[in-house]
Amino acid sequence: MEIVKPLTQYLAVMLLSPLLPGVINRVKAFFGGRRGQPLLQLYFDLYKLFLKTPVYSRTTTWVFKAGPVVGVSALVAALAVLPFAGRPSFLTFEGDFIFLLYLLGLARFVTVLAALDTGSAFEGMGASREMQFAVFAEPAFFLGLAALARVTGQSSLAGMFGALTGDIWRTAAPVLALLTASLLIVLLAENSRVPADDPNTHLELTMIHEVMVLDHSGPELAYILYGAALKLWLFGSLIACMVLPRHSGSWALNSALFILMMLGMAVAVGVLESIIARLRLTKVPYLLITAFAFSALALIFQMGR
Amino acid sequence: MLLVLLSLIILVLSSAVALCLGRVPSRAQDAGAYGAAAASLAGLFPALRTLLTGNTETVSFPWSVPLGSLTFTLDPLAAFFLVPLFILTGLSAVYGVDYLKGYAGKKPLGLAWGAFNTLTAAMVLVFTAGNAVLFMLGWELMAAASFLLVLFEHEKPQVRRAAFIYLTAGGAGALMLLAAFSLLGAGSAVLDFSSFPSPSRGIASAVFLLALCGFGFKAGFVPLHIWLPEAHPAAPSQVSAVMSGIMIKTGIYGIIRVLGFIKPWEEWWGWTLLIIGAVSCLLGALFALAQHELKRVLAYSSIENIGIILMALGLGMVGVVCGADTLAGLAFAGALLHVMNHSLFKGLLFMGAGSVLHAAGTAELEALGGLAKRMPRTAPLFLAGSAAACALPPFNGFAGEFLVYLGAFRSLNSTGSIALAGMVSGLVLASAGALAAAAFTRAGGTAFLGEPRTARAAAAHEAGPLMIFAMRALALLCLLGGLAGPFLLLPLGTAVASGFGLNFALAATEAATVPFAYVSAGGLILLAMIAIAAAKRRAFLGGKKPAEGVTWDCGYAAPSARMQYGASSFSQPLTDFFQPILRKLGQYPVISEYFPGRASFSTETQAVLYNSLYMPVAVRIRDLAFRFSWLQHGRLQIYIMYIVVTLMGLLLWKL
Repeated sequence: MEIVKPLTQYLAVMLLSPLLPGVINRVKAFFGGRRGQPLLQLYFDLYKLFLKTPVYSRTTTWVFKAGPVVGVSALVAALAVLPFAGRPSFLTFEGDFIFLLYLLGLARFVTVLAALDTGSAFEGMGASREMQFAVFAEPAFFLGLAALARVTGQSSLAGMFGALTGDIWRTAAPVLALLTASLLIVLLAENSRVPADDPNTHLELTMIHEVMVLDHSGPELAYILYGAALKLWLFGSLIACMVLPRHSGSWALNSALFILMMLGMAVAVGVLESIIARLRLTKVPYLLITAFAFSALALIFQMGR
Repeated sequence: MLLVLLSLIILVLSSAVALCLGRVPSRAQDAGAYGAAAASLAGLFPALRTLLTGNTETVSFPWSVPLGSLTFTLDPLAAFFLVPLFILTGLSAVYGVDYLKGYAGKKPLGLAWGAFNTLTAAMVLVFTAGNAVLFMLGWELMAAASFLLVLFEHEKPQVRRAAFIYLTAGGAGALMLLAAFSLLGAGSAVLDFSSFPSPSRGIASAVFLLALCGFGFKAGFVPLHIWLPEAHPAAPSQVSAVMSGIMIKTGIYGIIRVLGFIKPWEEWWGWTLLIIGAVSCLLGALFALAQHELKRVLAYSSIENIGIILMALGLGMVGVVCGADTLAGLAFAGALLHVMNHSLFKGLLFMGAGSVLHAAGTAELEALGGLAKRMPRTAPLFLAGSAAACALPPFNGFAGEFLVYLGAFRSLNSTGSIALAGMVSGLVLASAGALAAAAFTRAGGTAFLGEPRTARAAAAHEAGPLMIFAMRALALLCLLGGLAGPFLLLPLGTAVASGFGLNFALAATEAATVPFAYVSAGGLILLAMIAIAAAKRRAFLGGKKPAEGVTWDCGYAAPSARMQYGASSFSQPLTDFFQPILRKLGQYPVISEYFPGRASFSTETQAVLYNSLYMPVAVRIRDLAFRFSWLQHGRLQIYIMYIVVTLMGLLLWKL
């Protein structure tokens, strides 16, 4: 019986995450005065891509093919430590968020190597920027989670979010608000959303994540797109767990609420993307340093409490 | 214990045989490599047994040297350093047979093998010595043998320069160690480690500082690291692997040993280690990102990893002083585990870099590229080593850092200095991890992926079978080390108990057992997911034949290697951002017309500390020394007079 709930949660994430980019796109279309693509567009795209025959550059080696495979596997494995509506998944242990952090690092590592394998200047450029932003985003993300660990007195993700109640929000609202802001900035940067990156632009010189995967096609591209959707879910669910502490004792109700919350997250990202402009590339590190400062401030507040 | 002595004897004998057979390079190779491999096998067994049983064995022989005794001690702490030593030197010797083949007839291979086996023997002596005089003998032998190995390609001026910097650093360190041991054993008849009296507080602090500097010159943390990025790349690659993988750890071993003699510790000692470690960790990773030569990248990465180890030790000491046993135990266990893990993956990486050097004749990143096609066996091994160096699961690098993180988080719910220490350590680990990932994707990506940038890289060939074998063995150990976490806790626990105390070992084992099991499970899940995703991909492709073409490059049909992103361009955003620290020199073209002509650009990452801290001091000392040059004129009679005057003076002073 104990295995059923985590398994259901796991499968729900696997199935629902491609919905988030669809929601974001519809919101952006609404702001642009268009109807936009179907909500399920990413599912259709994935289906189509899986059936397609890929094209490989003669420059590339096995690294190019292994990149998407390992990248998506790292994210799927990361889901095993990701709580769902504040409930633990399969792997919940002391320090599990470090494991999560390094799995994300693995996904980035192989994506960057696959990009460099094409020998293309554009993809090299994207890879270089990805690593640059990671240097600023990772400490911010780490410090944010560390602060949360201190607020809740727990050292596993599920423990932290499980212990996060309305009471803590009442007593430590400034700390939690700062952490939410910091996590939100990290989400936008890590998922290559505006203002750090623009998933819609077709000017390669300004892109980061999109430009790294220019040469991928077929099943590999499907893996990459699916991995990106999982990553968006992963970061989004951390924020959703932050702002929606568990209320009722019913698992089904909580889960339904949580999924609604995730869709709300996607709407919020869509709104943000529609109303703010993309930052100049050279300014992105400062945005991430701001996130770091928020996390650090939260930690200092918490230590002083 | 006797087997360890046997391995010492094998090493000394094979070293002598290799030296004598110098005329016949292939024989010398055989003698050296078989000797080193046999010694490894003989030594590995007792070291592993000691780790599993936790017993300490001591043998002692009389020795006529004043203050000395031939006391050898094999305790779990020493065994924990001996295991990577024997693994790495054995495999390096195997690797060296193929690597050095090309030098036969051009270089004195007998001397190289003699020095290599002497270096190994000296390190065994350092780890097992139970007497300060014996320890210093091993220590100086180690410095001398490795100096000879660094000088292997002495016709190159930069190699000679590197070797002399190394010799000077080693000498300075040894002087401080002599002072430290003299202070520790003041008044004793024999300087046995087991008979050091408990020092007074002032003496203990002085010993701590002297040992930190003395061992620091060997361990190579900032600011005592200046020799490391010069000497490691200069040595033959299997020697670089041994030097970076295990020789610099003798410094860490020494610090842990001396810390055992000067208990109880003071809090500022822990903070000193923590801060020096944190600075080394960050600067090492940052400078690794800015290097243009593969082996220099790896050398700076070693500084980063030594920093991690030192920082974990410091965190543990702060924990001990503040009474947080679990934190201290986890930090100590993390430090030791990282010693083991770093020696495995850094050995692998230096061998990979050696294969590149061997195949392409250069390890300059901007001259490489596309080696994954030309060296299909080496490339995955190097990339696996890189992933381990970035502490990415499922490789071993993650396990040690994870223990330090666990320790750091144990401090979160306490207050005061210990919470601060934990927070700083965790943050530094996370930041350095991101920098290291940038450095290693850059190094691996430019060397192995894309198109070759020069004809030499295009003509590269695969490494020899013995080289591949040694690298495969290390890569396998890196993977196993990442997955076998729960099984490592027993040997780790005995080592922590022998080095720091039983209570820390028990606390760490108890705290780490469950998380380590989960990390291993997570690693296995990851591998399973990779297998499933790869199988799915193959199923989707079915029988379809993928099309081939040029890299798309946004529609440009004739991409060339010159258009690729190079190592400097890859790291430029970060190195520009950290320019106030890196202070790289560069010349950039200024484009003022619409149709610019030929342009060139150059950057150089200088050794900032060497130029701005050491050189001015060295110049001052030299100038001062020149004032007394009239004392030194080459006339033997007057030198003898100096001796007589000194002896007379001593005699008068004694009266």
